[in-house]
Amino acid sequence: MPRKKDMTRMCFGRSWSGLLCVALLCLAGLGLSSVAMGAEFKVGLVLDRGGKDDKSFNASAYEGAMRAKSKLGIFLKYVEATDDNAFEPLLRAFAQRDFDLIIGIGFAQKEAIKKVADQFPQKHFALVDSIVDSPNVRSLMFEEHEGAYIIGSIAALTSKTGKIGFIGGMDIPLIRRFEMGYTAGAKKINPQITVIANFVGVTGEAWNNPPKGKELAVTQYEGGVDVIFAAAGASGMGVFDAAEEKKKFAIGVDSNQDWTKPGLILTSMLKRIDEAVFTTIQEGQAGKFSGGVKRFGLASRGVDYSFDQYNAKILTEPVRKQADELKAEIIAGKIDVPDYYKKH
Amino acid sequence: MRKLLQPILAVALGLALGLAVTWIAGESPWHVLKILEKGAFGSGYDFGMTLFYTTPLIFTGLSVAVAFHAGLFNIGAEGQLTVGALAAAVVGAVWSGLSAPLAPVVAVLAALLAGTIWGAIPGWLRARRGSHEVINTIMLNFIAAGLTSYVALYLLKNPDSQNPETRPIGPGYLIHQFGIFGGAPVSAALPLAILAAALVWVLLWRTSLGFEIRAVGQSEPAARAAGIDAGRIRIIAMCLAGGLAGLVGVGEVLGNAGKFKVGFSPEFGFIGIAVALLGRNQPAGILAAALLFGALHKGTADLDFETEHVTRELSLILQALVILSVSADGLWSWMKERRRPVIPETAGGVTC
Repeated sequence: MPRKKDMTRMCFGRSWSGLLCVALLCLAGLGLSSVAMGAEFKVGLVLDRGGKDDKSFNASAYEGAMRAKSKLGIFLKYVEATDDNAFEPLLRAFAQRDFDLIIGIGFAQKEAIKKVADQFPQKHFALVDSIVDSPNVRSLMFEEHEGAYIIGSIAALTSKTGKIGFIGGMDIPLIRRFEMGYTAGAKKINPQITVIANFVGVTGEAWNNPPKGKELAVTQYEGGVDVIFAAAGASGMGVFDAAEEKKKFAIGVDSNQDWTKPGLILTSMLKRIDEAVFTTIQEGQAGKFSGGVKRFGLASRGVDYSFDQYNAKILTEPVRKQADELKAEIIAGKIDVPDYYKKH
Repeated sequence: MRKLLQPILAVALGLALGLAVTWIAGESPWHVLKILEKGAFGSGYDFGMTLFYTTPLIFTGLSVAVAFHAGLFNIGAEGQLTVGALAAAVVGAVWSGLSAPLAPVVAVLAALLAGTIWGAIPGWLRARRGSHEVINTIMLNFIAAGLTSYVALYLLKNPDSQNPETRPIGPGYLIHQFGIFGGAPVSAALPLAILAAALVWVLLWRTSLGFEIRAVGQSEPAARAAGIDAGRIRIIAMCLAGGLAGLVGVGEVLGNAGKFKVGFSPEFGFIGIAVALLGRNQPAGILAAALLFGALHKGTADLDFETEHVTRELSLILQALVILSVSADGLWSWMKERRRPVIPETAGGVTC
């Protein structure tokens, strides 16, 4: 067995001194810092831990902010938190600098937003998915149950086996709200339908666990389910992989995910976080920011189902027609969609 | 001198490598270094956040070090701190009517006890059953994660939040936060951590128990020959290690969140291994190393904020490179050997 010193030599060899030289050279190198300055409207965006590339929840928020950047000419800076205790320093860092509007994405930032907003009453804040009762905070809430109801009806209309699935990310009231609306919508179409629901996990990690999402989806498909609605953040990618493997349908969430597996993603339940973020920035820039709760439902197209070239062949005309009818009835107040938030 | 130079060199190398990576990503190393410094020490609040991250790292660093001195590798600090934090939160939520000064004392003892038990299990298994503590502590990390999630979500769930967390603890449990840090959650846990470091030093170098721990760690047969019950010492060392890690819960639950949040720790238990290594398992060294890693954690969080190209992932790489170079032990002895005239291989193994 080689001794420690020999091991070290094996690992580092002569390249060690060269490595150090390179490293020191880098230290000595001076570049230019790229900080854009100006009197423009400055927006700080603090994303949830899923990050901007989750192709779902955060991606939608990021897209809205980027659209504001290109269309409204604002200055945008976005950050992703490393741990739950990091939200507050990041929000505070934005507030301390000359940022005009600070947007937090996800309910995990509720306490941090509340604290920082109260300390910086002259700054404007917005929060997605949770309500903070401060005059300088706008809470952006979505009527997920309404959107999920339509998705449930589409799933039931498309299913041939009479069994549909639901895969939630983290088992929390928000996702239960999706599930309840989805089940109600499906039962409206087919009262005998079986809805099988599973959750990826109980912690934040459940938003970013594609293997577990895939495992659950495969089990559901093998049990006779032929459409699965995945409301699971980045874990939904695993559900889509399972759909591809089993040649069955899946339904996306938050962003339009139809393009990720064309021909297999039946539709996506759009949660227009992008619109909410964009509008908030637009109003902020125009000096029309207001606090309080803004709700986005079917009527305001804050939640909707997606239809584009990627699912045009699978989301058939009669199904769409019936979904649109239900949509109109909900908007008209003729259907009372069960809301998990009100029942618990 | 050499003792001091070696870790400093390791940190410098790691930092240089990390800066090289950020340089490749398109950010001037000088700029990055300035942000790191400003992010960690720039204002009272920034420094406060650094100290906030430093506090748990002192505890976990000490935890790993105490086990090291007994010849044990405690990879279970993460699990130990999780159960410690949960215990403090459970006590605080269940007997929420208790008032200060009794309340925080009870909660601290609960955290200490829970961590101790979580350390005692692998200690006992190693001493009496011979199963390796590296395996057992890792497995207990998973059990701790599962157990604490279960308690937080099914037994003591906070009804007012979508976050996976326990009900808030009673107001009597909250410990003092220092006002001078502009609202950063620096609490009485920091002096407690420094006190723990002092006590660990006294224990290891000024008591017979400490002598026995170090004796077992350096040579078990020799310790046995001297009449030391090595098994017993190992169990005690793991109890101490677990208890120290469990105290992380004090700063988090009593001094910051006021409840147990599932996943609150950005792997303090594992960074603690690097802290112990860098601090050469000496309490004073651990204090310094914990401050460095605390500053790095806070500083790198700001990199994402302050730069165009350094993302959260690149910040993690920078941190990881520092840890890696710190862990590359033996580098120094190899360099020293190379400077010496050629010596037959036999000289090598003795000190290792």
